[in-house]
Amino acid sequence: MSVKTNENWEPKILAFCCNWCTYTGADLAGLNRMKYPENVRVIRVPCSSRVNPQFILRAFQKGCDGVLVCGCHPGDCHYATGNYFTRRRFMLMQRLLEYNGIDPKRFQAKWISGSEAAKFRDTVTKVSAEIKALGPNTKFAEPHFTEGGDK
Amino acid sequence: MARIGVFICHCGTNIAATVDVEAVAAAAREFPNVAFATTYKYMCSEPGQAMIKESIEDYNLDRIVIASCSPRMHELTFRKMLKGTKINPYMLEIANIREQCAWVHTDRAKATEKAIDHVKMAVAKVGKDKPLTTSTIPITKRALVIGGGIAGIQAALDIADAGFDVTIVEKEPSIGGHMVMLDKTFPTMDCSACISTPKMVDAGAHPNITLKTSCEVEKVEGYVGNFEVTIKEKAKYVNHDLCTGCGLCQTKCPTKVPSEFNQGIGTRPAIYIPFAQAVPSKPVIDPTCCLKLTKDKCGICEKVCPLQAINYKDETKYTTEKYGAIVVATGYELVDWAKMYPEYGGGKYADVITGLQFERLVNASGPTEGHIVRPSDGKEPKDVVIVKCVGSRDQNKGKSYCSRACCMYSAKHAHQILDKIPGSNVYIFYMDVRTPGKGYEEFYDNTRADGAQYIRGRVSKIFKEGDKLICKGEDTLLGKQVTVEADMVILATAMEPAANIADVAGKLGISIDSDRWVTEAHPKLRPVETQTGGVFLCGTCQGPKDIPDTVAQAGAAAAKVMALLNHDEMETSPMISSVDQTKCSGCGYCVEVCPYKAISLIQVPGRDGNRKVTKTVADVNSGLCQGCGCCAATCRTGCIDLKGYTNEQILKEVDALCQ
Repeated sequence: MSVKTNENWEPKILAFCCNWCTYTGADLAGLNRMKYPENVRVIRVPCSSRVNPQFILRAFQKGCDGVLVCGCHPGDCHYATGNYFTRRRFMLMQRLLEYNGIDPKRFQAKWISGSEAAKFRDTVTKVSAEIKALGPNTKFAEPHFTEGGDK
Repeated sequence: MARIGVFICHCGTNIAATVDVEAVAAAAREFPNVAFATTYKYMCSEPGQAMIKESIEDYNLDRIVIASCSPRMHELTFRKMLKGTKINPYMLEIANIREQCAWVHTDRAKATEKAIDHVKMAVAKVGKDKPLTTSTIPITKRALVIGGGIAGIQAALDIADAGFDVTIVEKEPSIGGHMVMLDKTFPTMDCSACISTPKMVDAGAHPNITLKTSCEVEKVEGYVGNFEVTIKEKAKYVNHDLCTGCGLCQTKCPTKVPSEFNQGIGTRPAIYIPFAQAVPSKPVIDPTCCLKLTKDKCGICEKVCPLQAINYKDETKYTTEKYGAIVVATGYELVDWAKMYPEYGGGKYADVITGLQFERLVNASGPTEGHIVRPSDGKEPKDVVIVKCVGSRDQNKGKSYCSRACCMYSAKHAHQILDKIPGSNVYIFYMDVRTPGKGYEEFYDNTRADGAQYIRGRVSKIFKEGDKLICKGEDTLLGKQVTVEADMVILATAMEPAANIADVAGKLGISIDSDRWVTEAHPKLRPVETQTGGVFLCGTCQGPKDIPDTVAQAGAAAAKVMALLNHDEMETSPMISSVDQTKCSGCGYCVEVCPYKAISLIQVPGRDGNRKVTKTVADVNSGLCQGCGCCAATCRTGCIDLKGYTNEQILKEVDALCQ
């Protein structure tokens, strides 16, 4: 657990953002020169409902410390109903992960519209701080990929 | 082996100031299958694009990654660029290192590290890109306009003038909507009927326009360019092919019910032409009050009709037609103020009327031939109170939005009363006066100069004393209670969307907001489009607005329709779902989650060992699929995938990030 004591440790956080709302909101945050932590990497998907639960498991397996799935607000989905499926799928997913010992803070689903640049900044900042406080994820992670672990 | 080229943009100093672009290029050269990596000042510029094209030739690249601004900015630019090269336009990935890296970070080392990660992920994804080709679908060069108010009429006329066939579906027996009910229009005091009825006649007589009155949209199937719409035509009980509109029947009809067109002031018979200038100017029978249809008595109209056009056995008819584009122009209704405001009498005082009822009162062709009189006793009112924001801007009782037109029409009503009734007094209770339009503020100033008395505050109660209506309210500027004894009260009631808008929106697959207004695709940049391709909107179905804004929006919607119908066929995005039918088990979960009904189960020949069998499998309609990918995440066997965002590609991105 030497990594946890390392103050310079930065978590690896993956954010799946839907093209129409959250990705646009993230772009707007850039346009407004807002600042947020560097440790979040965005993967663009057409709709939050495109995110297969398998992607999230893989991310934790490969050593991600946190995963965010972000989409349009329920009711405002570009594809009409996609994020209703996202919401149901990931409420279940979060409970499954919790059952397996993964802190629910490590996997969150958030609704951020294309105009909510500040909400994107705030969400990312908050999630980043929360995961930093939790320390590296060891559940599921293949030993090879854990930082500080034996190779 | 893939040969990947990586092109990193400086974007002037936008990226280069925060990200060490040379370090990113150096890192990229080490990634698997990267054959070439370089940086350039402006990748999107002409010399930048030329450099990319040259590099593709020089290094024999078969796919490229561009690390630059957001893909929402220039993905299309670079796809177009690739059309002129040997590389398929879809063998391209963009790493967003400007909006989501350089612009949001200040630490150069960390930003560079992040940019390298973004490039690494894009390189991993592009390695699994496959060439995609767009397909084309034919476009039906006809438009359907739902709603025959001024918005629908204007949109239909503009589209028809461009040479396309248009059908207007109107639920009432005549087109015209609310505008034709109005007496004068602010701020120019044009006679509303004089400027709207010629447009109605034009629409009725236009060779490219078909009017379908007393009709509603029953069902909508298909997609942009190829809608199949079932239209329900309510029974009219009058054969309009035979009828000449002589009007003899309605003069002989014994039944009298409140007239919808006159807003309940005055009556109409059971067989009626809604108003004198109606288009089509032919009667229909109201089956809810006709004695023949309700009690099998009377039958006078049939006897007097010189052309035997009356048909009591008429039935609802359904027709299905194809359209390429649909314009929603379903308009507004006034809120039912009587339910919301019992303190204003809740509808029991005949002399408390709405603005629209006043329009009919003051109109020369209205029930009183333009004389402003009290509905209760026919006397001319001397003191009139106008109450604004009845329902609007009232979160507790009504709607939180502003209905936009009321400030101006209330000023107009005040002007008309002061003009027509010498010595009259008009008191206007208001919250704010909003006059954002050309000539509007001047009109308001003139109305005050005419003598209209504006009192800032709401009316709390209206009750009757003798034949006076006592209006109690507050003057918030003086901080005092005020009581006005009025002969008549006009309420500026809030607009709300047509009662059946949720039903219409559901059929069209478009969304409505919490107040039920139709949502536009983008509030600023795509104001007349909806999220559903080929469905456009105009007028008050989108939100309260006045006539000039409505007409302008109708023209804009028409322009969008014309741009669509001007093409013989349209390209569809190739980034859609596809099914590996050899693996599909036919469970049908994808069919259930698809918001576009793009997936259906079909029967295909298959094999079970050596036996030939028929298999049930999913099949994607490429014209309907919009590429959301919900089905791909739902599929249990993993046989549906989304082209351009395949499971394999996204997993590669995840892996690349975690390396």
